[in-house]
Amino acid sequence: MKADLITSLYVFMLAAFIGFEVIRRVSPLLHTPLMSLTNALDAIAVVGAIILAGEQKSTLATVLGTVAIVAATSNIVGGFIITDRMLRMFKSSKTQKP
Amino acid sequence: MTNLPGSDLIIEVLYIIAAALFILALKWLSSPATARRGVLAGEVGMLLAVVGTLFHKGIVDYKWIAIALVLGTIIGVPLGRVAMTAVPQRTALSHAFGALCVTLVGTAEFYLRAPNVSRFIMSALSLEVILGSLTFTGSLMAAGKLQELLPQRPITYKGQNIVNLGFLGIAIAIAVYLTLHPDQMYLFPAMIVIPLIFGVLMIIPIGGADMPTVISLLNSYAGLSAAAMGFVLDSKLLIVAGALDGASGFILSVNMSKAMNRSFTNVLFGAFGQEQVTAAAGQEARPVRSATPEEATAILAAANKVVIVPGYGMAVAQAQHKVRELYDALSKRGVDVTFGIHPVAGRMPGHMNVLLAEADIPYDKLLDMDQVNGDMPHTDVALVIGANDVTNPAARTDTSSPIYGMPILDVDKAHTVMVIKRSMSPGFAGIDNPLYYLDNTLMLFGDAKQFVGNIVKELSGNSGGH
Repeated sequence: MKADLITSLYVFMLAAFIGFEVIRRVSPLLHTPLMSLTNALDAIAVVGAIILAGEQKSTLATVLGTVAIVAATSNIVGGFIITDRMLRMFKSSKTQKP
Repeated sequence: MTNLPGSDLIIEVLYIIAAALFILALKWLSSPATARRGVLAGEVGMLLAVVGTLFHKGIVDYKWIAIALVLGTIIGVPLGRVAMTAVPQRTALSHAFGALCVTLVGTAEFYLRAPNVSRFIMSALSLEVILGSLTFTGSLMAAGKLQELLPQRPITYKGQNIVNLGFLGIAIAIAVYLTLHPDQMYLFPAMIVIPLIFGVLMIIPIGGADMPTVISLLNSYAGLSAAAMGFVLDSKLLIVAGALDGASGFILSVNMSKAMNRSFTNVLFGAFGQEQVTAAAGQEARPVRSATPEEATAILAAANKVVIVPGYGMAVAQAQHKVRELYDALSKRGVDVTFGIHPVAGRMPGHMNVLLAEADIPYDKLLDMDQVNGDMPHTDVALVIGANDVTNPAARTDTSSPIYGMPILDVDKAHTVMVIKRSMSPGFAGIDNPLYYLDNTLMLFGDAKQFVGNIVKELSGNSGGH
């Protein structure tokens, strides 16, 4: 158990560093899509909700898990759709020949 | 089918692939050329993770999962199809949903496990639900303000910070007590309700112009609460995704606070609406020079290099498409037209770029502040549309100015500055802009959309038959 926690802390530390390095390189042009994309990715929390709603260990857990799936799924679906919509609008003047 | 030996291992491998794809997704977002590939990577990673989870051994029933997935999709699709001007409130709303999910899962986990919760898990769980609930109501408030369902102006009162920090302090005290005594289960609801109240109080003093910072900060909180949830569930994938989201929100918050010239502690404690500016005193009517669309057209047509500086006022006037026509007309005449985008020129980070890209302006013409400022002395015309404080030279020179030190676009260094503005009224901070009284400044009074439209008409009228 203790070892697991330490591993988790390592994972967090490394992921935070990777996050800083990768996101620093994201062009300011794309900061809005960046936020909507990270938002969609963050909705990976849905995996915890799915297990709660599926294991049905208590009525409370099932109900809360189900509502949580709805909230997270709407973020996943909406987040990916709008990010892609925004990115499709970004065209370079070299490729843009109307 | 779920009892195959090694199915756990397969799920874990899928999670690892998903985590790698999430990192790649953000990496590919570094340039518009590869960005859409990034979205695809994110989608594939998400699909793998969700499908893998469905094979989790403990799942006994799929009915509610299926219903919830369908319902979430039904809600998500319209949220993905909102207008580009509404993206900030959509983003705030999605922070609220994300935080709601995390808080609900945290609550369920607590009541499943308590009182047998280890101290480490209990502290992670406390962090998860405190951050989750304050982000939930805070984001709803932010969305309400952005959608103008709530008053945009900041509401402040004496001792506000003390009250707010008091609420946060009580929530943290309960968290500490619960960590030490997880059997005191009756305290748990308070650890949710108090941060819920704090979330509302936190946003009350924040005005519309500070929204880019607030949204970024809430983004960071949402990410951190998800990472905390990862610790509780021992899910490395969740820790990775939460850390990435938290880092992203953090970087954007720092960017925005720099661009707004607010100290970082100011941001961390959410004390945004602090600088209550007393409306610029002693406003004597100083002379300004104004110009008609015809005169403005003549100057633009004679220019070699034009920088357009858009602010949110341009989006409010729905002038993006007229601006795009102006860009086309000038480019056709061989004028080099670029756009100078201030980091806070919108309602969220990068918002202005999206609005201009939507109007079909090529992204390589959208330059950030530093790129534009270097070239400003060689620029013939700087055309300011719906921006005010981000062009105020007082931020560079006047130490008594409330916005002193804020990085600005140095439009005053261009040979000619033209400012499209409805009237001489000051901007959100209530600060007079000395730019308007400079010798090289021409005020173009009128509605942005109409004025730009008139210039475009003039330009195409003069261009002769071709």
